[in-house]
Amino acid sequence: MVQLASGTQFGAHWVRVLALVLGLWTLVGTTQAAALKIGLAAEVTTVDPHFFNTGPNNAFLHHVFDSLVDVDADGRLISGLAESWVAVDATTWEFRLRKGVKFHDGSELSAEDVLFSLARPAQLTNSPGSYTSYTKPIVASQAVDRYTVRLRTATPYGPLPLDLSSIFIVSKKAVEKTGTEQFNAGPAAIGTGPFRLVAFHKGERIELARHEAYWGVRPEWDTVHFRVLASDAPRLSALLAGDVDLIEAVPTADLARLKTNPRVSVTTRTTWRTLFWHLDQFRDRSPYVTDLAGKPLDRNPLKDVRVRRAISKAINRQALVERSLEGRAVAASNINAPGIFGYNSEIAVEAYDPAGAKKLLAEAGYPEGFGLTLHGPNNRYINDAQVVQTVAQLLNRVGIRAKVETLPLSVYFGKARASEYSMALLGWGSLASDFTLRSIVGTPDADRGWGTWNWGRYSNPAVDALVQSALESVSPEQREDFARQAAKLALDDVAVIPSHHQLASWGLRKGLKYDGRVDEFTYAHEVRSVK
Amino acid sequence: MPFFILRRCLQAVNVLVVMSLLVFAGVYAIGSPLDLLVDPQATTEDLARAAAALGLDQPVWVQYGRFLSRALGGDLGDSFIHGSPAIGLILARLPATLELAVVAMLIAVGLGVPLGLWAGLHPDTVGGRTIMAGSIVGFSLPTFWVGLMLIMVFSVQLGWLPAGGRGPTTELFGLPLSVLSVEGWRHLILPATNLALFKLALIIRLTRSGTREALQQDYVRFARAKGLSTGRVVGVHVLKNILIPVVTVVGMEFGSLVAFSVVTESIFAWPGMGKLLLDSITQLDRPVVLAYLLLIVLLYIVINLVVDLVYALLDPRVGRGGSGR
Repeated sequence: MVQLASGTQFGAHWVRVLALVLGLWTLVGTTQAAALKIGLAAEVTTVDPHFFNTGPNNAFLHHVFDSLVDVDADGRLISGLAESWVAVDATTWEFRLRKGVKFHDGSELSAEDVLFSLARPAQLTNSPGSYTSYTKPIVASQAVDRYTVRLRTATPYGPLPLDLSSIFIVSKKAVEKTGTEQFNAGPAAIGTGPFRLVAFHKGERIELARHEAYWGVRPEWDTVHFRVLASDAPRLSALLAGDVDLIEAVPTADLARLKTNPRVSVTTRTTWRTLFWHLDQFRDRSPYVTDLAGKPLDRNPLKDVRVRRAISKAINRQALVERSLEGRAVAASNINAPGIFGYNSEIAVEAYDPAGAKKLLAEAGYPEGFGLTLHGPNNRYINDAQVVQTVAQLLNRVGIRAKVETLPLSVYFGKARASEYSMALLGWGSLASDFTLRSIVGTPDADRGWGTWNWGRYSNPAVDALVQSALESVSPEQREDFARQAAKLALDDVAVIPSHHQLASWGLRKGLKYDGRVDEFTYAHEVRSVK
Repeated sequence: MPFFILRRCLQAVNVLVVMSLLVFAGVYAIGSPLDLLVDPQATTEDLARAAAALGLDQPVWVQYGRFLSRALGGDLGDSFIHGSPAIGLILARLPATLELAVVAMLIAVGLGVPLGLWAGLHPDTVGGRTIMAGSIVGFSLPTFWVGLMLIMVFSVQLGWLPAGGRGPTTELFGLPLSVLSVEGWRHLILPATNLALFKLALIIRLTRSGTREALQQDYVRFARAKGLSTGRVVGVHVLKNILIPVVTVVGMEFGSLVAFSVVTESIFAWPGMGKLLLDSITQLDRPVVLAYLLLIVLLYIVINLVVDLVYALLDPRVGRGGSGR
């Protein structure tokens, strides 16, 4: 009896010790830092947020820095460091800052920091890809009080809030007397973003830790490690081996296999990147247009809207996205993705109609077709070389003797921008269609930044006027309406031939959730764990 | 000997100048990096500003002249992409690559010479034949495939080793090295093995055929007749003679390991120089490509010089202007 009692006591004692140990264990378990490891598909070249404007850089910089205006996952503008903004008059925008926003060093954000950050891009003269295109419209800036900034533009300019979503706000105190190197080393990398910089190893990895005083939704992760895994195979194997929790840009060929793997899940969504064909519409003799025998043609059939329409009808977009693109794209009717500001849903995807295409070619005086070489890059977009080949085959079916030439991007862009091609493929990602239209179908005027990527040099004063009106509208509704009209007018004229919108994909370890973003960015603070 | 070294140095300068001219012209001919660098919405003014900032607004001979005059002062230019000195970017990645190359070479030599020697001494045994068959596999399989298989087996299936990247590094004399920690070795062993495999096969075959040939030589017979032990015959007389071609090959191959281990570095996401070269070429970052290739030329020149000096140690006839012949 006694023995039993003592035995019980003994047991109870050990149970208590065990409970304590287990308790400590779970305590250790819960206090163990939540870490997220991400495999990036492209290198982040700098932590200086005003030095080199590239997609991968901007995606990363959003973790450390904020902008006045933020962009949600669907590409719509939402409040960032500015709580609200309003056009006081046609050429003055007023931004009201959030109160009590803390930088990583504990100091508070003020209008002075904003003015400093807006002026900084123009001061970095050795920048390879400058942010000045976003700050250039501003001719005067003024801090009305600690939390109010007024910006003046020379002419009415509606897209200013959108432009400012690309300008990161830095701490004046931390940055004033330093340079780009001090950002990469750490001391100047003081932002207001959800994470602060711990270490930046160029070309290899970046370590971040949560900013505890962050003004927005508290991220789930104590630490975030980015690893640069630019090649497809190592990126995928790092996910499969559990070295990283999430990768962006899942290799196309492995997507199907990954979907059946129980240890990982895949997120896909339509992105802003829209592909379309530029057609030479300014030369009377186009360099890659020939007759059926291969001799240069005296007139340029691509100047005839019926021929352009025929080419558009000859493209079986459904087959293209299902086969050549392995389902990694959707057919396009606009040159901006659905949901993007100014997308015109009244424009329908051109139906596949080879008979109609032949008829239009005959009407235009080419019943037997003509010869044409298609150009495209082979290392830029999803299955880009296959896309060019497929379209060439489809054109052959309606009588156009199409040939194919694909080149690496470094060679392709230079030649294409010099308008050396007759029909060439381009992909474009933008958050506003008036911007896209200005660059792609606006009458080329390099000094004003119009038509800078209008390889075929399409020109239509009516389209220009509508795009101009859109850019000058400080009312978003009015601006979107003008942009839609401009898109309709240009595409009715087959200024370019829309092809498809690309999908982006992310591979995640089971137990994680990421909805993806239209701008293809990977945000650690938008990754959540699920049970 | 001093004259020999001096002559080599003059040759080196010639090679460097010719190389710089070729690379400069080559990268210039591909196209302008501005189209890849500058924001798509840039105006002429923005483009002109960027071109001026990078020195691309000048005619090509002016650009080359500027490069040469700066290079004489030891400045190989700033990277277009990173805005920092190209040579600094390369040197920052040199330790990772050197470490990988040295470990791979040690594996190749450390295993290759004994295995080749053994196969040469016992050519008709099962062991000898197995070694030779293995060496064929070693250099007929493509590096990228072996790398992927190593990852699939050891990282994905078995989960023993990480799939890529460089482990934690420890500073030694200012150099960040990963060979000083267990975790570092866990990251290093797969890429080093992958890189070593081809060289290993090469060294096995070289050593074996050298051994077979040496065994027929008179001096070996004399040595044997003199009553020297097999260990001494093989370890001193045979080995010393077959090492000359091995040293040449090791030298050349070490250069190529350092300069062009791009494939392995990509597959294992190893943050070395090879990947930097690849990225710089696709982004037309001319200063980095130029500085990189010039550095590699320099490396080869130094390696060749070292190889010649090692010859002189192994074979006293070399380096005396051939007077021994």
